[in-house]
Amino acid sequence: MSDKSKEIAKQSGAYSDHEYDAGLRVIHEDAVANPGIEPHRVRMTDKSVKHEKNAVRQVAAFFTLSMLGSALALYAYFAFPISEDLTTVRLNTLYLGVGITLGLLGIGIGAVHWAKTLMPDNEVSEERHLTRGSDEKRAAAIEIINLANQESGFSRRKLIRRTLYGSLALFPLPGIILFADLGPSLGDKLRHTAWKQGTRLTKDPYGSPIKASEVTIGSVFHVIPEGLMPGEENYLEEKAKAAVLLVRVDPEILIETEERASWSYQGIVAYSKICTHVGCPVALYEQQTHHLLCPCHQSTFDLVDGCKVIFGPATRSLPQLPISVDAEGYLIAQSDFHEPVGPSFWDRSVQQ
Amino acid sequence: MAQLKRKLNGLRRSPRALVVVLFAGLLVVGSGYTAVQAAVSPSTAVTRSQEQIDLGKRIFLSNCASCHGKNAEGTMNGPSLIGVGEASVDFQVSTGRMPGAASGPQLEVKPVQFTEEQISALAAYVGSLADGPSIPDASYLQANGDSTKGGELFRINCAMCHNAGGAGGALTQGKYAPNLMGSSEKTIYEAMLTGPQNMPVFNDANITPEEKNDIITYLKYLQNNRSVGGDELGNLGPVVEGLVAWLGLLGLIIAITIWLGAKSN
Amino acid sequence: MSNTANTQKKNGFLAGTANYVDERVGVGGILKEFGRKIFPDHWSFMLGEVALYSFLVLLLSGTFLTFFFQPSMTDVIYDGVYAPLKGAHMSIAYASSLDITFEVRGGLLMRQVHHWSALLFVAAAGLHMLRVFFTGAFRKPREINWVVGFVLFVLGMAAGFTGYSLPDDLLSGNGLRIIDGMIKGVPFIGTGISSLLFGGEFPGHAIVGRLYSLHIMLVPALILVFLAVHLFMLVIHKHTHYSGPGRKDTNVVGYPLMPVYVAKAGGFFFIVFGVIMLIATFFTINPIWNYGGYDPSPVSAGTQPDWYIGWLDGALRLAPTGIEFMIGDYTVSTNILLPLVVSLVFLALVAIYPFVENWVTGDKREHHVLDRPRNAPVRTAIGAAGVMFYAVLWAGASTDLIATNFKMSLNQVLVTMQISLIILPIVAFLVTKRVCLSLQRKDREIAIHGRESGRIVRLPHGEYIEVHEPLDPHDLYKLVDFKDYKPTLARPNAQGKITVAARLRSSLSKFYFEDRIAPATQTEIDEAAHHAHEIEAEVQKAIESSK
Repeated sequence: MSDKSKEIAKQSGAYSDHEYDAGLRVIHEDAVANPGIEPHRVRMTDKSVKHEKNAVRQVAAFFTLSMLGSALALYAYFAFPISEDLTTVRLNTLYLGVGITLGLLGIGIGAVHWAKTLMPDNEVSEERHLTRGSDEKRAAAIEIINLANQESGFSRRKLIRRTLYGSLALFPLPGIILFADLGPSLGDKLRHTAWKQGTRLTKDPYGSPIKASEVTIGSVFHVIPEGLMPGEENYLEEKAKAAVLLVRVDPEILIETEERASWSYQGIVAYSKICTHVGCPVALYEQQTHHLLCPCHQSTFDLVDGCKVIFGPATRSLPQLPISVDAEGYLIAQSDFHEPVGPSFWDRSVQQ
Repeated sequence: MAQLKRKLNGLRRSPRALVVVLFAGLLVVGSGYTAVQAAVSPSTAVTRSQEQIDLGKRIFLSNCASCHGKNAEGTMNGPSLIGVGEASVDFQVSTGRMPGAASGPQLEVKPVQFTEEQISALAAYVGSLADGPSIPDASYLQANGDSTKGGELFRINCAMCHNAGGAGGALTQGKYAPNLMGSSEKTIYEAMLTGPQNMPVFNDANITPEEKNDIITYLKYLQNNRSVGGDELGNLGPVVEGLVAWLGLLGLIIAITIWLGAKSN
Repeated sequence: MSNTANTQKKNGFLAGTANYVDERVGVGGILKEFGRKIFPDHWSFMLGEVALYSFLVLLLSGTFLTFFFQPSMTDVIYDGVYAPLKGAHMSIAYASSLDITFEVRGGLLMRQVHHWSALLFVAAAGLHMLRVFFTGAFRKPREINWVVGFVLFVLGMAAGFTGYSLPDDLLSGNGLRIIDGMIKGVPFIGTGISSLLFGGEFPGHAIVGRLYSLHIMLVPALILVFLAVHLFMLVIHKHTHYSGPGRKDTNVVGYPLMPVYVAKAGGFFFIVFGVIMLIATFFTINPIWNYGGYDPSPVSAGTQPDWYIGWLDGALRLAPTGIEFMIGDYTVSTNILLPLVVSLVFLALVAIYPFVENWVTGDKREHHVLDRPRNAPVRTAIGAAGVMFYAVLWAGASTDLIATNFKMSLNQVLVTMQISLIILPIVAFLVTKRVCLSLQRKDREIAIHGRESGRIVRLPHGEYIEVHEPLDPHDLYKLVDFKDYKPTLARPNAQGKITVAARLRSSLSKFYFEDRIAPATQTEIDEAAHHAHEIEAEVQKAIESSK
């Protein structure tokens, strides 16, 4: 033991709670004294043999119930197999579940009842010690650390220490860089969708093209670009960006900027279905108010006024898909969207 | 006939009939547009007897005209019904939504106020005014279609408002999409066809009659096959599950801990 | 050692096994040390146990599920027994979830057990945290264990969310989409992180497999490690107890581990498991078959996360309209960042609370006797405000359901929530503090004057008084045993300067302890008793003279 730590041990002597600072606490000298643990209350099962015997029987009954429950579960597993008929799934779940429930609750309630009625319920007091080690132990611990320091020269050999820090700081980096291949750079993928000039608007999910005349006032079409079929490579990724809502309103009430005047066709407008907030499909169209509502966070867009946000946490309007019709009268896209669809990201407005 | 007249008089006098819709204004504006789309939603020629139309007109004049106008041309209080079609009348009246009661965000389902005969007469009268969607052919109401296709179409076209389990959901400003678990085949079909209130129209070009039958098939499957996992908790999703976890599961366990911690006597 | 050989013969199998194990593992020493450890008994001390047991149930049921679940996003055409999905395109993950549900005996039961116990795990952990907070159990020496518990709570949310996303149905897919949208909104790194997480564009083919690794390996392993630390520290500290006769900071009063606690706690595991099984048998949870496989175009009304993520979803919903803005060509998604920052700050405040309170009180002593919530009015009020803040955010995630089920306007509900988020915590703080102080005053009154006996006496000079009966000393002690703090002034340090920290601490101490009700002291009680005796004597005299 070093002299220093010896001295610490000497100074503090036998430590106690009172050596810690009580801070702002007021210590009342004439506080009410602790009267000690309340006297033990005797239970019926301690006094009466009859009650004790009853309790024993009850505990045993619960354990027996548990055995019956487990047996029921085993029986149910075979007695209620599941087949093509869905009601068999219900029966299997029900009887298996009831059996296992009884099997578990029987043990649990039995054990607790046993502890409460038959095991001693005298409260016992046990001393606590301060969480910190005794001064001797602490001094010994310091001694060990000092010795280790001396023997290794950790404090003395600055060069070793600093190079060790450096190496420790650098060694995780290769591990971290390994994760870079988790995902490729998205490049300009977020800025483009499957819509191109002349792509036909088709019905989600079966892909039949839509004639302008079929889109009557008050109706709404859920639209995907032609050729996007389930099971294909990148089907979900493309659909996640290209989903569009197609609605016809009275051209009279449509408010269009000059730039976008040619983007609609006879009151038919197509807007991205992907919310500009965090990307849920904004699919709820109210045909009388012409509002689009997102069911996830309640952003509301005014379809006749460029899908501007009129309520909820979104800020940007839904991107509009410029549309027209081809020679056969089918609706087609004039081009891709003129801005990235979906939730905002940092450099979405940066020209590439 | 005399009985019917008494009934009608009773209706006219009843406060319920007096409070007839003040707000249905928006209601059929959308449906009115369906007139534009005769080409898309061709109303099959239905045989309506003149007698039926006359009866319908009488019922209309005494129960509907105060809001929708004497010739169903619409007033400040109610939209024009010219061209809304028989399906629309049948949907609104046979679900009890019409005649409307006190004003609110939207028409509520109420006890039906007319007999089937009266409803078809009313529908025949409105249908005779101009072409519009007619009451669907029974062959599309058999719920014998493809439930997988129906499920897919339901999720894409309907679930955002009505919930994937058909439990309904909220719209803006107090409006809502109703629960579909009690809806009949005909009601579902007519709702898609006519787009009542704020529901969009799903004309036959958008969702073909066969596809509508598929959707009905799917919904009937949901109605007839309740969850195999036990009580469905209203099919309302994680919020209700969370409440049950706190109040039911944790609540029950806490009750047990109190028993466990209490001293035995 | 020869003794053990003898007992072995005498007591047969039990002793034989004990001897066998001890000679190889040295378990005797451990039993001697811990076998009669004392645990205090109170229902609220079992909430952490509930969390622990539901975690065990999660491990058991989860292991079963891993044997059948296939975390692949490869497209297949479903050919199982659920008719309304036959022939539909879906991922293998979703198809295998359906197979567990409809084609494995007990599979649906295990899925429901797993999901219900996940909800219970986080709920019980949360309630346990509240118990610890409101009783001051986080005070020295348990501050670090509070942080460990906090980490466990956050890990529980992570475990829950990664599991929620695995079935790859419409609900979980839209949940992931929201996460993707939030990540993309983070300046500079958002899109990069999103690509790393999803392996390219959303939804990609990687996310389910990756979340699966996290869900069944990394997160549960971390939970186990932190649980071990949590319980180790519990043993080191010994459990706290409520204040009461015989309870001190230097002892622990309760029942011995063996046999009472082993029976109670062991039995309780079976009870928790049994109740979960009961609920899982009778209540559907997450009917994945209704949702269909994930498709980015549809969405279901009522798309909500599980309850423990609800408050974050609520924070997203309650962001005001139109707060996103541009700096030059760059978009700052304040509508995502604000809720994110608010949630993180809230979590951080929860994590560091014990250190703040300790800094203010400066009380460096060990605390093993719990506070009754009323005896720490400001802490209790802060807790109530926090609970209210969380509750409003949580309710914010169900605005649509509140609107439809209580026939209100969705928009009005949302605006009300926005206002409530600011107002209600303040109201909760003020009301709770007042209630606590009143309760303290009442306690003090009863401690000094005794209980009202209901006996009204008229004194000779005409005054009416109610006779009070003194309390039993055990009951009295419960009312007067609490720690009393006084605000401090900012004092100059050694250089004679009043630092900013000192000023801050002084004003915080005022905030905490300005309104203070001191515990009744023995002197006060004696004085009151003396006074009562005088009155009693006067009453007696009056009775005598009237005879």
